[in-house]
Amino acid sequence: MTLTINGHPTDAAPRAGQCLRTFLRDQGWFGVKKGCDTGDCGACTVHVDGEPVHSCIFPAFRAKGREVRTIEGMRGADGLHPVQEAFIAAQGFQCGFCTPGMVMTTAALTQGQRADLPIALKGNICRCSGYRAVEDAVHGIAHTEQAPQDAPSCGVSLPDPANHAVVTGAVRYTMDVPVDDAAHLKILRSPHPHARIRAIDASGAYDVPGVIAVLTHADAPQACFSSARHEVSKDDPDDLRILDDVVRFVGQRVAAVVAESEGAAEEGCRRIKVDYEILPAVFDPEAAMAPGAPILHHKDPATSRIGAPERNVVGEVHGMLGDVEAGFAEADAIYEGNYASQRIQHGHLETLGSIGWLEADGTLSLRTSSQVPFLVRNALADVLSLDPALVRVACGRVGGGFGAKQEMLTEDIVALAVLKTGRKVKHEFTREEQFTAATCRHPVRVRVMLGARRDGTLTAMQIRVVSDAGAYGNHSVGTLFHGCNEVLQLYRCPNKKVDGFAAYTNTLPSGAFRGYGLSQTVFAMESALDELARTIGVDPFELRRLNVVRPGDAMRAYSDHPHDVEFGSYGLDQCLDLVEAALARDESVPPDGAEWATGQGMAAAMIDTIPPRGHFSDARVRLTEDGAFELTVGTVEFGNGTSTVHRQIAASVLATTPDKIRLVQGDTTQLGHDTGAFGSTGIVVAGLATERAARAMAERLLAEAAGAAGVAPEACHLEDGAVRAGATAVPLSALAAQAGGTITVEGHSTGSPRSVAFNVHGFKVAVNRGTGELRILKSVQAADAGRVLNPMQCRGQVEGGVAQALGAAMSENLRIGPDGVVETPNFRSYLMPRFVDIPRTEVLFADTYDRLGPFGAKSMSESPFNPVAPALANAVRDATGVRLTHPPFAPDTVHAALAASGAACE
Amino acid sequence: MDLNTIEHVQQPGARGEIPPFSPGDAFVGGGTWLFSEPQPHLRRLVDLSTLGWEPLRVSPEGLEIAATCTLAELNAANLPAEWPAAHLLADCCRCLMGSFKVWNMATVGGNLCMSLPAGPMISLSAGLEATCLLWAPDGTDRRVSLFDFITGPRQNALRPGEILRSIHIPAAVLARSAEMRRASLTRHGRSAALLIGTRDRTSGAFTLAVTASVPRPLQFHFPEAPDAQTLRARLEAGIPPEGFYDDIHGAPAWRRHMTVRMAEEIRNALYEGDRA
Ligand SMILES: Cc1cc2nc3c(=O)[nH]c(=O)nc-3n(C[C@H](O)[C@H](O)[C@H](O)COP(=O)(O)OP(=O)(O)OC[C@H]3O[C@@H](n4cnc5c(N)ncnc54)[C@H](O)[C@@H]3O)c2cc1C
Ligand code: FES
Ligand code: FES
Repeated sequence: MTLTINGHPTDAAPRAGQCLRTFLRDQGWFGVKKGCDTGDCGACTVHVDGEPVHSCIFPAFRAKGREVRTIEGMRGADGLHPVQEAFIAAQGFQCGFCTPGMVMTTAALTQGQRADLPIALKGNICRCSGYRAVEDAVHGIAHTEQAPQDAPSCGVSLPDPANHAVVTGAVRYTMDVPVDDAAHLKILRSPHPHARIRAIDASGAYDVPGVIAVLTHADAPQACFSSARHEVSKDDPDDLRILDDVVRFVGQRVAAVVAESEGAAEEGCRRIKVDYEILPAVFDPEAAMAPGAPILHHKDPATSRIGAPERNVVGEVHGMLGDVEAGFAEADAIYEGNYASQRIQHGHLETLGSIGWLEADGTLSLRTSSQVPFLVRNALADVLSLDPALVRVACGRVGGGFGAKQEMLTEDIVALAVLKTGRKVKHEFTREEQFTAATCRHPVRVRVMLGARRDGTLTAMQIRVVSDAGAYGNHSVGTLFHGCNEVLQLYRCPNKKVDGFAAYTNTLPSGAFRGYGLSQTVFAMESALDELARTIGVDPFELRRLNVVRPGDAMRAYSDHPHDVEFGSYGLDQCLDLVEAALARDESVPPDGAEWATGQGMAAAMIDTIPPRGHFSDARVRLTEDGAFELTVGTVEFGNGTSTVHRQIAASVLATTPDKIRLVQGDTTQLGHDTGAFGSTGIVVAGLATERAARAMAERLLAEAAGAAGVAPEACHLEDGAVRAGATAVPLSALAAQAGGTITVEGHSTGSPRSVAFNVHGFKVAVNRGTGELRILKSVQAADAGRVLNPMQCRGQVEGGVAQALGAAMSENLRIGPDGVVETPNFRSYLMPRFVDIPRTEVLFADTYDRLGPFGAKSMSESPFNPVAPALANAVRDATGVRLTHPPFAPDTVHAALAASGAACE
Repeated sequence: MDLNTIEHVQQPGARGEIPPFSPGDAFVGGGTWLFSEPQPHLRRLVDLSTLGWEPLRVSPEGLEIAATCTLAELNAANLPAEWPAAHLLADCCRCLMGSFKVWNMATVGGNLCMSLPAGPMISLSAGLEATCLLWAPDGTDRRVSLFDFITGPRQNALRPGEILRSIHIPAAVLARSAEMRRASLTRHGRSAALLIGTRDRTSGAFTLAVTASVPRPLQFHFPEAPDAQTLRARLEAGIPPEGFYDDIHGAPAWRRHMTVRMAEEIRNALYEGDRA
């Protein structure tokens, strides 16, 4: 059929059932993204004869004879489209994966629609930004700043260096490469929550034209590993095989089909006959730990490092400081309550996926969507018994992560398929697979018991935590320990006790999720503290001020074990004051009507700036022959903004502007090691390595120049493009030539010692007692991020964290039915916030400078999530008198809770 | 998404060109649902858009909406001023969870044939007492009321190979005053309850359609304006607690509460509003 695409006459035949999205990508228009493939997210928006449509649900055959415009066609002869300019000026994105669709949609809006963005943008999901930046872009409000020519650029809101590529669709995410020569891999998944595979008959699959290979457990190494990735690979239990003969959750891999087309691979999957022996299943973590429960992993605890396989316990934590019995005896008031946080999905807009192939020299090469390419390389080498030097893992730009990509969930099977077939193999998760076969936040139940004296001083804190690991252990031990740590470490109470368990169940495995175990315990603890404050009649801000740790205090959660966390800086006092003042000066008007009850609430959270147990980064700065700098780091860009900040740091040290620093990143062949960007380490660890490399370069340049000019190094200083040595300016290119062409230096950081960062959130809400509707009148978060290196980006991280947390607090729930089947496998049933659902949040920063972080900075990407749900629940409690303990607080839940305590209206 | 099992697409230009139905066939309205889920059982698509049906036809008898009329066309409809209930057309478009970009493709007929409880075109047709014109493969036609057309969640009266050709809304109904109320777990999300009430401006009769909160649309007719108690009693008697729909878009108890509450709001707006 013939059609016009971005002005190009095109003659190509779509497959009969093909959608326009993949047809356009087949023609090389990679700006057309897939966020869902179901018409919900808008990432695939294109114009057909001028009308915006979701190309993933547009039958390709209907494009015949029509004019199609994609993001690549928005740019006119005279430059960018005004909407593209606006998204650059406002930096209306973080990972940028939603941006082509946002731009295409915005460009098609009428004046009237622009005035009603909640409706106009309801078909566009952005998971990173919380929509404020998108709104500003639509309304043409600019935020980015230029690098000053004569001052360091740290502290300036520099734009993302890739912004032009992001808004034009030119930036290459994982799947945005031609794959004409690739085979496609699809997975047959288990329909049963627990079963042994007696036999697999794949002959039917081989009858399908185009099927190349079927992989089953017979093809997989016996070795068990963990899909979780950490610096120390032995941190997580080895309980997973690439393909196993026992399946432990609905959605687990049973077989993989490699075929010439996705259609053939899918058909191959449907033709495989599997004989299952159904095993008893358990879906509740308490039930799983009870005697007589079906055992998920019959493994040796010593070699698998599973805590207690015979009780389905992945790991447990027990600890006590002081004497809680005595502490409770001393208390004037005691509070006890049960809380539960639900399973939620990360919802990164780019689904998981990877492409693998063999290089001519036998190197196994993978292009993947990962936060941890170096750790994935190590894991592949381990699991497949390969020489790490012959494994390469590299990333393009990554479309969001939030912890989900600190796992190896596609690379292992792709690597196995490449090795088996010798072919280039592509495997891309569907959105449904994201919900049914990736990972989720751990569902966690917390029982909290607190004691305090009349004056508000805490006398005892005790928590019992039960975390649902799902069918595999991966991050369960790490999140359990982390979840029990900072939540208690924040308070100075002498008597503390923790009992925590992570238990296997026959459900989707839980994994790393923004906050890494803390969001669930912080919800419980900060809700409980609010109740305690009410009981003894102390203001909640005061209660925090009375009890939080301050510099000089020992930071202890539940043990005296020495650690490497220090007060590199302290801004919690400021955060509390900032939020209290912002709530006090707020003049928002509650909705009319007697049914609306209003109230306010707050919560605080603390986070160690770096994960424990080692987090390493290398960075390399090279002065090239033409006098330019090239900075190589391991950190991948997935919307965390680190590419901007790395260049700002290097430029600040090297007395130049960030645009003169060329960045190379996220490729295991380019650098020694980088643990990866998780635990918010992109700036505090990798950034520190960058700072150190840059300082080493500066020293070297001064020494070279001093030598050349015959002056002392102290008489030299760096200028943009040169070193001034006394009266003469020695150009950098001359120094490079003098040193034999180029100069290369390295920097390294080890992630220790670590500092602490703080977040305090405040809400004013109105609750309709007749309908259960919860409206946010005011949202404010104060963050102690140390020195803020890029205010616009840091604000964006806070806003995005708040938005994601509001989704978790108000609507998101990855529901699993009684048979172990996920009931919310798409964006239509899993209620992720749209534009209308997220209020603006006032973001305030404490004025601190961290002595441990690069240029005084601290981490700030996970932690904004943590205080949000409890602050909201506390505000609802204030408004209605009703304590909500089980998010999400959707209207049906809120109304039921109000009705149960007689607080509802008809 | 790609429907990889589809082998053929037919684009008939007239009724006579519609191929004989065989299992594995699906009619395509806008395709917005068909292409949004895997359809491994399908082999052939029959495109209805090439039949060239006039989207909207106004006559003294009422409004004829072709099954292939898109939501965008419906939303933009310019209808006679003597039809005060016509504002429901645009109101109901807004109740589709999908965006205005989905409106550009999704059809009224596709929405009805999907037969989801939260189908806004179903709510519209229920509130305005539409009848459906069905084309059988043997060339015969039949008409059924909307309430007989939708028989349950994802169930309807269509027989294999039958096509929904159009729906008809009587002028007398469009001439009534109308009010709509909707509840959803998120602000512009999927409908958990959608009620439409109409008031006959001559007789004063009240007709209420309850949709989305129940598995299939229900109608309550009151020859005279009911008072609050009467309305409530009728609803409670007419829909037992277990008669409310249970899915992830709202707990049944809340759907029940919102149904009763919004029914009263509608009654109030239609009857008390002008007394006050
Ligand atoms: C983002 C998004 C949100 C959505 N939200 C909602 C929602 O809130 N409520 C809701 O109800 N639906 C929703 N849908 C589902 C669906 O898109 C709508 O119901 C839409 O109106 C279907 O119309 P269509 O013309 O695109 O149907 P199609 O996809 O073309 O067809 C739907 C079904 O009806 C059959 N069919 C279509 N036309 C006829 C006909 N004339 N005669 C016989 N059979 C026919 C098809 O064979 C198919 O089985 C949503 C879809 C998306 C993508
Ligand atoms: S990919 Fe088309 S709407 Fe999400
Ligand atoms: S920037 Fe919008 S999804 Fe990442």
